[in-house]
Amino acid sequence: MHIPDGYLSPSTCAVLYGTSVPFWYIALRRVKKFLATRLVPLLSVVAALAFVIMMFNLPLPGGTTGHAVGVAIATIILGPWASILAISTALLIQAIFFGDGGITTLGANCFNMAIVGSLTAYAVYRVVAGHAPLTSSRRVVAAALAGYTAINAAAFCAAVEFGIQPLFFTDPNGAPLYAPYALSIAIPAMMIGHLTFAGLAELVLSAGVVAYFQRTNPSLLKLTAPGALPADEAMRPVPSQSTWSTVRPLGTALALLLVLTPLGILAAGTAWGEWNARDFFNPQAREKIAAASGNIAPPVQAPRGLERLYSVWTAPFPQYTPAFVRRPAVGYALSAMFGSGIIILVFLIAGSLAFRRRRQPSSAGSNVTATGDPTPIPTSRDPALPKGEG
Amino acid sequence: MNFVERTLAGFVNAMERALYAEELAKADGLLQRLDPRIKVIGILALVVAAAMAHKLWVIGAVFAIALILAVYSRVSPAILAKRVWLPVLLFTGIIALPAPLVISGREVWRLPWLDWPLTAQGLASASCLVTRVETAATLSVLLVLCTPWSRVLKALRVLGVPVVFVVILGMAYRYIFLLLESAHDMLESRRSRMVGELEGPERRRVAAASVGVLISKTLQMSGDVYGAMLARGFRGEVYVLDDFKTATLDWIMLTVFVALASGAFYCGR
Repeated sequence: MHIPDGYLSPSTCAVLYGTSVPFWYIALRRVKKFLATRLVPLLSVVAALAFVIMMFNLPLPGGTTGHAVGVAIATIILGPWASILAISTALLIQAIFFGDGGITTLGANCFNMAIVGSLTAYAVYRVVAGHAPLTSSRRVVAAALAGYTAINAAAFCAAVEFGIQPLFFTDPNGAPLYAPYALSIAIPAMMIGHLTFAGLAELVLSAGVVAYFQRTNPSLLKLTAPGALPADEAMRPVPSQSTWSTVRPLGTALALLLVLTPLGILAAGTAWGEWNARDFFNPQAREKIAAASGNIAPPVQAPRGLERLYSVWTAPFPQYTPAFVRRPAVGYALSAMFGSGIIILVFLIAGSLAFRRRRQPSSAGSNVTATGDPTPIPTSRDPALPKGEG
Repeated sequence: MNFVERTLAGFVNAMERALYAEELAKADGLLQRLDPRIKVIGILALVVAAAMAHKLWVIGAVFAIALILAVYSRVSPAILAKRVWLPVLLFTGIIALPAPLVISGREVWRLPWLDWPLTAQGLASASCLVTRVETAATLSVLLVLCTPWSRVLKALRVLGVPVVFVVILGMAYRYIFLLLESAHDMLESRRSRMVGELEGPERRRVAAASVGVLISKTLQMSGDVYGAMLARGFRGEVYVLDDFKTATLDWIMLTVFVALASGAFYCGR
């Protein structure tokens, strides 16, 4: 993701420096207005933090590890403008100090990761998180999606920058002078890696850190959560409504559908493949099968397997028409009522079982040691590090 | 090696690199003797010239200039090979490797067994990319290895970087080491208490919690730093003391840098 010197033409670099400058200017003005004299110490320390976070090796599903940029988490805690400045500063230090990313391509790297990354992360986080309380698990999902989308948006920008190089910059013999691959190769090559590993690293970091702050210090998530509902309000039960008023719209729609089921009789022809063994001997049914199969005549004999399994189960309402009903339309409606009734009954039983289990306090979850001591045992698996650690 | 050990190794490597750079910046070499502003302008001019060159031999010539500068600045080619050339060759080399097969053009050779054609245009493009990236990376590393970081930052002002950014960069650089040390100690203490292997989700939770703790500490520290700055009379304005002096050697070298960069630009068109 950190584009080194030499991959992009100087003119592309100049354009991306030029594109980044207004964002830096706006970011500096907005952050300065907000932070006033705190700007210098806060931004310095946070830029240092962004640099260190980029060095963390994050364990990913599948046993590998990867590095994250930390753009989504910086955006969620500091807001998009401060994040743009902090990530840009960290990228500058990385470029000069570590040689990770070039000096001429710094504008491009800042544009992709700091600017596009921060603004994408902010938009996704705000849209997905909505007004959810600070401690809601929806915010963890929002952070995960923000990180994943932001890093992929940044990678896409980098891929486009790579991919346009051979279009514009070639020598007289047609050899590309900078990144050699066209968009058709550059975009899949970049995106496959980022949609899988790099995106996952960002997802793991963003979701994990937001979940950690929800447990330890939710106030750090306040800045990018205007209008977040207080946790107690979100937990407050919805004013009780009678069961009937809740299910009335559903019930009405279901009744309407039941009445309309005989419309199925109007459908012409036969449903392809829904044949039984006897149809192969019935001339009328054979005609219908042939018509539904592109006028290819069915075999003279019913397939042996079909013949054998056909009689395993005899339905009580064959062809949606119980034996005691003469009019097919009535049979259709009756069948629909019967089928829907069974489904509703199954769900009612399952619901009542689940409700009963929830009301009974489970003894299986309590952490009682062999000595009878109910205190949880601190182990190396305890994810929460004490604050004073280190 | 698990993720904690890998992260720790990364931290130690970063600190080692910084110490090595600080040591080398004190050596008595050609680049070390130059005014940082001249170095920043001169080396950036060469990087831009290498980036703009359309001919392989011109990029090779700029690379040779970088090599001569390294030798006269007491930066051993072995160090450059280990820290720059090899990693860049591995990274960019792998990226450039399929280019002779993918880029269409005049066929110069066919791979035995596979019978895939290699094109002249593809080979030219791949070698151009690798040489250019190697040259730019060597020059950038030379600038950092031969100049203390604080002076590189001050010199950035000649490029029009606002003073507030110069101060932020300087402070950020200092706090990087404090935070690296803090994160290192935190993970080291974690490692010393871990017995056996953690499962995937637990590993991720530990990593996220470590980053979370570091963020909390950092935000708290920024408040402390701000308080300390206020106590020392900070009112929001920042000043940088410029103590740069140019000597005859600086002007001679500036002329040499400009001449070389202009020559490379002219020949490389």
